[in-house]
Amino acid sequence: MRAYGRSTLVLAYPALVLGMFLLVPFGIMAALSVFRRVPAGTFEPAMVPDNYLNLLTPFFLDRIGFTLGLSAAVAVVCVALGFPFTYLLTRLPRRRQVPWLVFLLAVLALSEVIVGFAWSVLLSRTAGLSNLLVWLGLLSQPESWAPGLTAMMLGLCYLAFPYTVLVLYPSLSRLDPSYLEAARTLGASPLRGFFGVIVPVSRPAILATLVMVFVFALGAYVLPQLLGRPQHWTLAVHITDQALSRSNVPAAAAMSITLLLASLALVLVTAALGNRRKEQP
Amino acid sequence: MRALAGIFMGLIGLVLAAPLAVVAGISLNQRKMMLFPPQGLSFQWYGELFRDEGWRNAMLNSLSLALCAALFATSIALPIAYAVWRWNSRFARALHAMGSTPFILPPVITALGFLVFWTMSGFYGSFGAVVISHGIFLVTLPLITVSLGFAGIDPAYTEAAATLGADDRTVFRTVVLPMVLPYVVSGFVFAFVISLNEYIISYMVAGFTVETLPIKVFNSIRYGYTPVMAAVSVVFILVALVAFGLVGRFGDLPRLLGAWAPKD
Repeated sequence: MRAYGRSTLVLAYPALVLGMFLLVPFGIMAALSVFRRVPAGTFEPAMVPDNYLNLLTPFFLDRIGFTLGLSAAVAVVCVALGFPFTYLLTRLPRRRQVPWLVFLLAVLALSEVIVGFAWSVLLSRTAGLSNLLVWLGLLSQPESWAPGLTAMMLGLCYLAFPYTVLVLYPSLSRLDPSYLEAARTLGASPLRGFFGVIVPVSRPAILATLVMVFVFALGAYVLPQLLGRPQHWTLAVHITDQALSRSNVPAAAAMSITLLLASLALVLVTAALGNRRKEQP
Repeated sequence: MRALAGIFMGLIGLVLAAPLAVVAGISLNQRKMMLFPPQGLSFQWYGELFRDEGWRNAMLNSLSLALCAALFATSIALPIAYAVWRWNSRFARALHAMGSTPFILPPVITALGFLVFWTMSGFYGSFGAVVISHGIFLVTLPLITVSLGFAGIDPAYTEAAATLGADDRTVFRTVVLPMVLPYVVSGFVFAFVISLNEYIISYMVAGFTVETLPIKVFNSIRYGYTPVMAAVSVVFILVALVAFGLVGRFGDLPRLLGAWAPKD
């Protein structure tokens, strides 16, 4: 009984703060998503599904489809490159992993604004990669490669790659080295051992990482504006656009809640699958 | 095979470093131009960052915001992680899950939640509102590191202290806290660096009143290029490298990021 009292005492402050500043804002947002918008740019309490139904118009369906497709592409590219990279990284001695981890964390922490700016410079005509190709004689004149869909994909993969590595890192660094040794003893080449043994035993981790990176890419907000054109705007940009430029907060709230439920469902299902595997190996 | 692996890792490293190197290069241009390789060599744009009032204010805003937000986030995470480790009650675990949620979700969701909350409560645009919003958003980071710290404590130490008659509070102060302190500091550093770089939440909570560095860079991009933007980017890269470098130097970075400790 006394322990129970002490635990309540210790948790009173975090519970209060999280309740007040996390649950309440999300609650208000959920409520707003069913409010009725009035033309003056405000809203009135109601219980209408209009804001959700609006998402089913061709314009938003197209935006949702584009955002999902883009995030899926980013997730696939990042895991395809990140998995072998992380595997090799975890095979290094710990001391040599640290500089890589520091570098990856530093890139991961970089503001989307700075990543977007850096890539727009790298793809620009005056300071960009095309100058290198001109110098090598592969191109006759420097060109500008941004904004565009390719530029945006590059930027998004750059943003998500360190995240991918850090999500894969725990499971790959705990991978039993005897798997590959066994394959090697049985005469498999390192490449065959990697694809025949390491990849199959890591399938749960790969699936979980695909989902995590997918959700991470859904959040991209600055890059589509800096490296893409308006037709490349993602759902995150449109949510802000509805809330700030069009003062249609109920619409933004409905989009936000939809995105919230979809992401949460994906993450929870993945976590549950992971736990079930752990219990029955 | 070894060489091939080295080349693959090197290439990835090169791609990761390339945009940063080009930005560092253009920050050194003598004139207000975006040229790479830079023409002339000048550090004046770094000086501009301190001389120009707008950039200086943005820098001060960002620094004070990141400090306060990281402190706030750590202060919430420590009791939750302690309670999960000490009692593992359902309530503690629920708070732990709650604290981990906003960071996994697309940040725009949390940002909109805060926008409506602060507008309704009348604090929209205030510095305090941004601090609290960032703090809540970043709780996850110290929560992860501090929980790892508690998990690494050998129960023999706390049992010994309890056998010698120390109560919970004394055990916490004299045994537990010193052992988790490095993890608390790492969590603080992680939260500090991410807050410094965060854009969308600050923008939606106080984008027009509290101008942070990322907001100012983004606004400047719309009005055209100035090499100060490149200089700011370099400062950000250096801050992150130094901060995580220190964590890597004094802490066990592989373990913090989820590898087993060597003794496991």
